Amino acid sequence: MKSLAVSLLLVLMLGIFVASAAAQEGGPTPHPDEVNAIARNLYCPVCANVPLDVCGTAACAQWRQQIADLLTQGYTEQQIYDYFVQQYGPSVLATPPASGFNWLIYLLPPAVVLLGALFLSRGLLNWKCKPAKRQLAHKKSAKDKYAQHLEDELRARR
Amino acid sequence: MFAKKSKTISSWGAVFAWAFLAGLLALVAIQLNSAQRGVLTRGEPAPEFTLTTFEGEVIGPENLVGKVVLVNFWASWCKPCEQEAAALQSAWELYEPRGDVLFVGVDYADTQNEALAYLKRFAITYPNGPDLGIRIYYAFRARGVPETFIINKLGEVAFVKIGPFESLDEITMAIDRLLEP
Repeated sequence: MKSLAVSLLLVLMLGIFVASAAAQEGGPTPHPDEVNAIARNLYCPVCANVPLDVCGTAACAQWRQQIADLLTQGYTEQQIYDYFVQQYGPSVLATPPASGFNWLIYLLPPAVVLLGALFLSRGLLNWKCKPAKRQLAHKKSAKDKYAQHLEDELRARR
Repeated sequence: MFAKKSKTISSWGAVFAWAFLAGLLALVAIQLNSAQRGVLTRGEPAPEFTLTTFEGEVIGPENLVGKVVLVNFWASWCKPCEQEAAALQSAWELYEPRGDVLFVGVDYADTQNEALAYLKRFAITYPNGPDLGIRIYYAFRARGVPETFIINKLGEVAFVKIGPFESLDEITMAIDRLLEP
């Protein structure tokens, strides 16, 4: 009976120890896939054009560890992006925020497509209309020439 | 009537398109120009900056006036930075008592835990802080780490070192000539 009580006490102490250790850690260790899902939307300034999830430098490894630490601390995905922007500037984001000059990135392509479509449609309309006009003008001038010739002939016969 | 209106719209459209294109080209030219300016060179006025150290101390332009300032860009992941860390600390210990020389370490694209561990490992005591938003690095037009800029008492860039210092002598030689009366 006494040994059972001692065992229960030991198990209880162990449980308290494990629970307090977990609480100190702040949460479960995130899976590498969770880290990479966020890392693929970030770029470190040291390695140009290489997303953080596939970048092999020591700097990028540290940044991925930073993401894991923040996830463990309970940061949400958006909070992690905000943290990285605050620390390293907006250029770390794969998708630049829609503000300031960055608006150009979002407005320019549709504007260019729209303008292109406008010019193309105008060009097509002109291309379609012009030959008809030209033909008409040609016909008219040809008719005028014959009419003039006819009138000249009649005038001469009178 | 309709043809005239259409022609006016079309000419305004052309003006708008050309103005748009000119603006875009100007923007590209500005970007290209700033990208090709290269690292700050000797004689250029040093950019103003404010750095909050890992200890929370704020170092701003008012702290730099009338001093020779050594600005060192480094990172904990940078192996060449380790080569010069001890020499920089030795130089700081040499100049700190004078009061007219200041060393500032700017930690570039780094994580705080590793940066603090690095400072502890090399027993670095001069002010060091993270370059939040990588603003100071871009202001100095730095291209990597380690890079060191020494600013004279007039606030001009007097010495630029790309890569690590080879020795303590190299650092003292660069600073001493700026301290001569």
